[in-house]
Amino acid sequence: MVHENQSGTRQKIARFALLGAPNCGKTSLFNALTGGRAKVANYPGVTVEYRKGEFTLPNNQTVELLDLPGVYGDCGHSMDERVAIDAVRGNLEGERQPDGLLFLMDASHITTHLHNVLQAKNYGLPVVLVLNMMDMAARDGIEIDVAALESSLGIPVVSCVAVRASGRAHLLDFLNGWAGEILNDTATVPNAEGDSLKDLQAKARNISGVSVSRIEKAETFTQRIDKIVLHPVLGIAILAAILVFMFQAVYWWAGPFMDAIESGFGWLQGVSERLLPAGGWLTSLVSDGVIAGVGSVLIFLPQIIILFAFILLLEASGYMARAAFLVDTLMAKVGLNGRAFIPLLSSFACAIPGIMAARTIEQERDRLTTILIAPLMTCAARWPVYIMIIGAFIPNTKIGFLRLQGLVAFGLVVVGILFAMIMAFIFKRTLMKGAKSTLLIELPSYKMPVFKDYLLGLWDRAKIFINRAGRIILPASVIIWFLASYPTKANGIAGTFAGKIGGVIEPVLRPIGFNLEIAISLIPGMAAREVVVGALATIYSLDSEAVDGPIREVLQNSWSLPTALAFLAWFVFAPQCLSTLAIMKKETNGWKWPLFAFGYLFVLAYVAAGLTFHTATAFGL
Amino acid sequence: MTTRLTNLAKNETGVITGFDDADTDLCTRLREIGFAEGDNVTPLHFGLFGKNPMSVRLNGALIALRKAEAKAILVKAL
Repeated sequence: MVHENQSGTRQKIARFALLGAPNCGKTSLFNALTGGRAKVANYPGVTVEYRKGEFTLPNNQTVELLDLPGVYGDCGHSMDERVAIDAVRGNLEGERQPDGLLFLMDASHITTHLHNVLQAKNYGLPVVLVLNMMDMAARDGIEIDVAALESSLGIPVVSCVAVRASGRAHLLDFLNGWAGEILNDTATVPNAEGDSLKDLQAKARNISGVSVSRIEKAETFTQRIDKIVLHPVLGIAILAAILVFMFQAVYWWAGPFMDAIESGFGWLQGVSERLLPAGGWLTSLVSDGVIAGVGSVLIFLPQIIILFAFILLLEASGYMARAAFLVDTLMAKVGLNGRAFIPLLSSFACAIPGIMAARTIEQERDRLTTILIAPLMTCAARWPVYIMIIGAFIPNTKIGFLRLQGLVAFGLVVVGILFAMIMAFIFKRTLMKGAKSTLLIELPSYKMPVFKDYLLGLWDRAKIFINRAGRIILPASVIIWFLASYPTKANGIAGTFAGKIGGVIEPVLRPIGFNLEIAISLIPGMAAREVVVGALATIYSLDSEAVDGPIREVLQNSWSLPTALAFLAWFVFAPQCLSTLAIMKKETNGWKWPLFAFGYLFVLAYVAAGLTFHTATAFGL
Repeated sequence: MTTRLTNLAKNETGVITGFDDADTDLCTRLREIGFAEGDNVTPLHFGLFGKNPMSVRLNGALIALRKAEAKAILVKAL
């Protein structure tokens, strides 16, 4: 295929798609070949993400590589599988059909998956079978006769260890020649294999019978670990312990980094006040608005990074699918789809990717139920709020080897999950009656995460958080600063625009223990939950009556304990997040479900905060 | 004797003889993920409540599925 590049010279770019089952190492190979420089894009019209990257072969040929969602066959049962298959068939608007397919396969599972390659021959494109993780297969006693496989499949077969340069040398060598053949239209397009899956499986089993030998080992490493990790009782205990430890670590390890960031922003405020005219509006905007607002959110970066360090580690090691298996027994009780676990888990980062990930669920009613409860998972935007309030009001006493702050945070997460299950139970028996739920996932072998892929993934998460601080928190801080400064703050916050707006909704929130400052902060908090933290910082930093100092101390002096607890309870349910409502509208094709979600979350938040406030007050806290 | 995958005990191996479910789409998905006639299949792990879901060994891979799905797989106990 010929493309014009920017300098106007004509250069041929070979365009390959990486196809294969989930967990066969597509992303590792993609990162290794492209150096991790990927453009993440959305397919037109749908929100399934794919990654595109470029690399240069030893012979200077440029290759464009598409990393597609994992897929087993060619039917496309769920939305993301359909996207992968449409991309290969060239049926996606605005995307050119690939010139060739790299069919990646975990060599250890060749017998189980070989018929998927035969299916891939039906696409009418040159295909190469890349057998990944050949080293692990050898360890498990699997021997593959590559030459025999090549002749019986009728397509080239290359062995590969994607995570090692020496393991990729073979593949690069092959692509060097193959890319040329493809661009000259001399590469072999395999014969179509026919559509009967049963026949394809029989043929695949015959082929693997000849070319694959497996010395049945007494017990593989993965099987030995699974005896403990997948034990019905012990397994759930281990999962709970991992989660408790994870939330402990988020509070424990981040402390010094947070102190450093806090004093860094304090120093910036000092510098800005010294350099800018004293008492002027610009000084106030920069110091009280921008630095206080952005700083109060960026301080949570260490904790976000620690949280994702755990989540990504669990994913890369192969444990995450097992967690899905362990909790499925509970999910089945509430009538939820077992596959909902993974979207719900993504929602711990942010409900938006979670709601999009629900596309892997085949039944429409299960997908809708999952979308409706996704906002109850503790997303990263709630952490700044939890961390701030818990840090200010909950003593960090030791309980055994645990700490109270971490336990409270874990408790809030558990309450969110519990209500998600209760709501799913109710929805599935009322609005979403009838759908059958399925699980059907492969539990991958345990593997050592690839350090580079791991760091790239972590960096992606950190970037998203920092970008939000810039794109949402920064403008929101400026607006709040303006509203909380004008027309006059002679009488404290009450005389400002913010005070007037807050005064209108404050009577609604007073019964649940919220004060004027909280009422004000919840309005810009509609943009994103963590904006509330920045908003409170700005409001109190402008309020002449409030004490100066870190927001933690300011809150300790201005809020009662019942108010703080009610505020935490509110945020377990907190309906406010415009981006979540917007993605719900997009994914459900209308305003009906997002409005419904907003309504039921608001009622839950209001009742929970009210109950917490009055119970705490009654106990004299 | 032909029975269903759900009737195999833990660590009991059966050989797949066919698929039977009104939902033909389910049968396709079972085949796509790797279940095929003639394969040996062994239940290894069960969920806490009602032995649901289960995970089974299939040609060196481990696959998790619910009872409702496992019921569609016909096996002959070895």
